Amino acid sequence: MTALAALIRRDIRIALRVGGGALIGVLFFLTVVVLMPFAIGPDLALLTRLGPAILWLGALLASLLTLDRMFAADHEDGSLDLIVMSRTPLEFTCAAKALAHWLAAGVPLIIATPVLGLLLNLDVAATLTVALTLLVGTPALTFTGMIGAALAVTLHRGGLLLAVLVLPLSIPILIFGVAASEAAISGPLAFGTPFSILCALTLVSFVIGPFAAAASLRQGLD
Amino acid sequence: MRLLGRAVRCVRGGREVFSGLDFEVFSGGTLAVTGPNGSGKTTLLRIIAGLLAPAAGSIGLEGGGDELTLPDQAHYLGHRDAMKPALTVLENLSFWRDFLGGGAYDARECLAAVELDHAIHLPAAYLSAGQRRRLSIARLLVTRRPIWLLDEPTSALDTAGQALSMRLMSEHLARGGLIIAATHAPLGVPAQELRIGGAS
Repeated sequence: MTALAALIRRDIRIALRVGGGALIGVLFFLTVVVLMPFAIGPDLALLTRLGPAILWLGALLASLLTLDRMFAADHEDGSLDLIVMSRTPLEFTCAAKALAHWLAAGVPLIIATPVLGLLLNLDVAATLTVALTLLVGTPALTFTGMIGAALAVTLHRGGLLLAVLVLPLSIPILIFGVAASEAAISGPLAFGTPFSILCALTLVSFVIGPFAAAASLRQGLD
Repeated sequence: MRLLGRAVRCVRGGREVFSGLDFEVFSGGTLAVTGPNGSGKTTLLRIIAGLLAPAAGSIGLEGGGDELTLPDQAHYLGHRDAMKPALTVLENLSFWRDFLGGGAYDARECLAAVELDHAIHLPAAYLSAGQRRRLSIARLLVTRRPIWLLDEPTSALDTAGQALSMRLMSEHLARGGLIIAATHAPLGVPAQELRIGGAS
């Protein structure tokens, strides 16, 4: 446990330092959402209707932006060799790295959501609902994205490949995240159904993500 | 403790790098792996470290810890130093101590042992190549493991640094450790030589 705690502490510390990924994700999220009302125009009803989808899309792209450094940075400086060699099972290590990535890059997105909801003409309840779905859904984005990050680790400039690999896996999360938000705001559907499926997707990703990532890291070492 | 390699063969990218390598190292012994550039010295170390699988042959450890595999008991010092530029020297070393499960040894004392104690709070990005090498060597001290796999341990080190690494290796051997080092320069400790390739 000390090993995993040390790893999480280190990754968060690096993310928060200059050049780390934590701020880049939030700034990107901010940019996408702030520009959206200018592109769509001053139709308040339309903004409200699109709001949850825009916030979810922004969060998805922002988390993709920082995912490719998750293992690539460790691979470049040789840390990954030592991590693979260590006594800690690689599956746990992968889960710890994903958790650290989510804490450093995912949580700031959720914190920024209430502020950005204002720009999209969402009321307080709607904004909090979107923030709740993001709180449940963004871990799934990180844990499935980790699989792509592990597959692309040995490729230089693997960022584009990562996006191609990860986006299909993220689509169900996006669908049910937005569906749950819209159900709570306007829709005739019950909030519980899509939200439960979103929770289930997150739990599945917790199980599959670390194992798949660990397997591809073991294969990919050169 | 005895580390044993039998008929180790390695194929990389469809090309045979080496084959039929036999070696045997006992506690307190050193194996110096030599050979021209590209002959597979680093590859052999990575195979021993469990990072690559040999195409044929086997590598075994006798008389080590009961539950521990060979990579669990080995330190690997590669070309890349595994240090994060954004973290300070002390943070980097403390992380590896906690992650590799040492705990008992003080990171500051190990930095003093490699004469880096003046740079403890400096981000690793500002270190010179030789200082980074010293920091990597401190990682070998902060957690004790019986097997050291060293890839060019003295590269980028000044003469004082080379003397230092020689002393640390001798101390490690005296404690009953064993060393396998890929090297071009003499290690400065008594060693048996394993020459790969370059026969022609």
